[in-house]
Amino acid sequence: MLRGGKALLVLGLLLLLQLTVDPNHYVSRVLLLSCFSVMLAVSLNIINGYAGQFSIGHAGFYAVGAYTGASLSHFGREWMEASLGLASFPAWLADSAVLLAAVVAGSVAAAVAGFIVGLPSLRLRGDYLAIATLGFGELIRVIFINIDRVGGARGFSIAPINSIFWIGLFTVGIVWLSRNLLNSRQGRALQALRDDETAASVLGINITSYKVMAFVLSAAMAGCAGALYAHFDGYLQPDSFNFIRSIEIIIMVVLGGLGSTTGAVIAAVVLTVLPETLREFADYRMVIYSALLVICMLVRPQGLLGTSEFSWASLRSRGKETGGGLA
Amino acid sequence: MHIRRHGAALLCAAIAAGLLAGCAKRSSEPLVGVFMPLTGPTADFGLTTRDGIQLAVDEINAAGGINGKPMKLVIEDDRGIPAEARTAVTKLVDQSGVVALLGDVASSNSLAAAPVAQMRKIPMISPSSTNPEVTRAGDNIFRVCFIDPFQGYVMARFAAEHLNAKTAAVLWDNGSDYSTGLAEVFKEEFPKMGGKIVCDVVFRAGDIDFSSQLTKIRATNPDVIYVPGYYTEVALIGRKARELGITVPMMGGDGWTSASLIERAGNSLEGCYHSDHYSADSDEPHVRKFVQSFTKRYGHAPNSLAALGYDAAWILAEAMRRSEDLEPASIRKQIAQTKDYPAVTGKITINPERNAEKSAVVLQIRGKAVHYVTTIEPRK
Repeated sequence: MLRGGKALLVLGLLLLLQLTVDPNHYVSRVLLLSCFSVMLAVSLNIINGYAGQFSIGHAGFYAVGAYTGASLSHFGREWMEASLGLASFPAWLADSAVLLAAVVAGSVAAAVAGFIVGLPSLRLRGDYLAIATLGFGELIRVIFINIDRVGGARGFSIAPINSIFWIGLFTVGIVWLSRNLLNSRQGRALQALRDDETAASVLGINITSYKVMAFVLSAAMAGCAGALYAHFDGYLQPDSFNFIRSIEIIIMVVLGGLGSTTGAVIAAVVLTVLPETLREFADYRMVIYSALLVICMLVRPQGLLGTSEFSWASLRSRGKETGGGLA
Repeated sequence: MHIRRHGAALLCAAIAAGLLAGCAKRSSEPLVGVFMPLTGPTADFGLTTRDGIQLAVDEINAAGGINGKPMKLVIEDDRGIPAEARTAVTKLVDQSGVVALLGDVASSNSLAAAPVAQMRKIPMISPSSTNPEVTRAGDNIFRVCFIDPFQGYVMARFAAEHLNAKTAAVLWDNGSDYSTGLAEVFKEEFPKMGGKIVCDVVFRAGDIDFSSQLTKIRATNPDVIYVPGYYTEVALIGRKARELGITVPMMGGDGWTSASLIERAGNSLEGCYHSDHYSADSDEPHVRKFVQSFTKRYGHAPNSLAALGYDAAWILAEAMRRSEDLEPASIRKQIAQTKDYPAVTGKITINPERNAEKSAVVLQIRGKAVHYVTTIEPRK
């Protein structure tokens, strides 16, 4: 879906934004926060939407990525500067290198956690899996509360690296990967086991490895988002990765339409920006927000997009049918 | 299909318009941003503090405002989430154009928000974030409450000088930064004053059975037990201690401050002591005036969070009155020069670390209420 020209366009656009926009301004902050929501919702959609497993501990993977990434850059930056000669690089390059190292470390650590959680999912289904993942999420939070080196309950402050370019690039990358997964061999296998595990295994799909793959991939993406987030705010607190945060991500996926990446993206952006635009209503803000959620689910129980996806090709053909429209 | 596509486009447009609406323009009236948890699990803290701030601002404006201009508040909710506190402060600075900030209650939210205030050079006063780290974010960050460790010192001195205690047991929550801070300083200060720590045991917030810890404490027979925890666990600890026949007084910090403590603990905490920011039954005239007007307006007596919110708003207003141009830089300078301000939570001097140097009070639980016992001055 993204080839040559479009990839260059995205890179150019992000670079332009990086150079011209203040990443700490309120509007950029809200839009960047949406990027994190998009990464989280899209990654959870792989487990909950594509593979049909019910995971409610996604904030745990996010936390693993965030704390691993933050620890690497906080405790390892000096070492990287000394041994890799980062200190002689221009600041933006050194920052990017540290950020990328943190993202890689965060993703790998979260992927390992995903593997560990993915294993029990072979035996557990439905509600039981939900409880296991919920337990995992809480476990992670409590572990970080008890590690004094990363601040414990006080929170963990690190030097922020706020980069529109990298956050944007990874967001686009994760959406692209998830979207391409859908119709790949692996994606179809996941959907087959979602629809009927027995039938899928009769067809020769290795249920075990595909379930674990879904967890590992999704966790790695959430870990990547976590590492970026740690450097975006420069402050982590274990309670920000609680059960409620996991539920917020699930709401995004369900509201967008389980299984639809496009839906997850739209719902993630809407649900992140909405509480901000509702600030006008002061005390009634969260009441209106919750009421809107209820109305959405009543009117469209299948989610905003159901399982349909946005694609350039369908847009073009639709444009032709209706005689132009979107050029 | 069409409706769906247009619907999405409309939604995006509405969201963009909402975000961009009201871009920063500094109004002629000085705007002060307030960020607090007004919804969510810690909403109670934020709402009480906001009431104190609101009362102060109405009094300030009734008395002529800031050199003739009324002081206006822009209040934002942060749901008690650090990232949202940061967003709220960014919004207040970038969109509303505030010249100063008041917030937050919880230290984690203040820690998340302070770097933004520092980066944008907008002075911020936290009414009640007691974690020492908060004001280290930079020279624009202040507070009007004392820091956690001070309460450990206060109770060590109170135990040694007023209760003549020779031995003490400490029962603290090693999962809470607050409890750790208080316990560590107590354990350090009490021996310096001639006392001895005979038992040092820990619990965890959320625990419901404390018999093993309390049995250990009973075996060492201390003169006092220091329990710097929050009221939920303290109430249970009190009940269990009396059940086990431990009769010595227990002492705690401002985590004990809650209307529900006595309700939950029954009469098991009768005669126990805790340190706090202020006492509503002080007879100083300015405190009585505050307690009266607060009670008249909101129908209940102000707790220490309300009092600290009130003090923070007044200290800010005084600094704004003294500043020559109502610009953030000069307001910052004036806040830093606050000296011996007669606040309702004690005489406040802002020290070079931008923390408040002030006294603490010790309260005793008697019957269904807490009563003032003594005031402990900061160490010289």
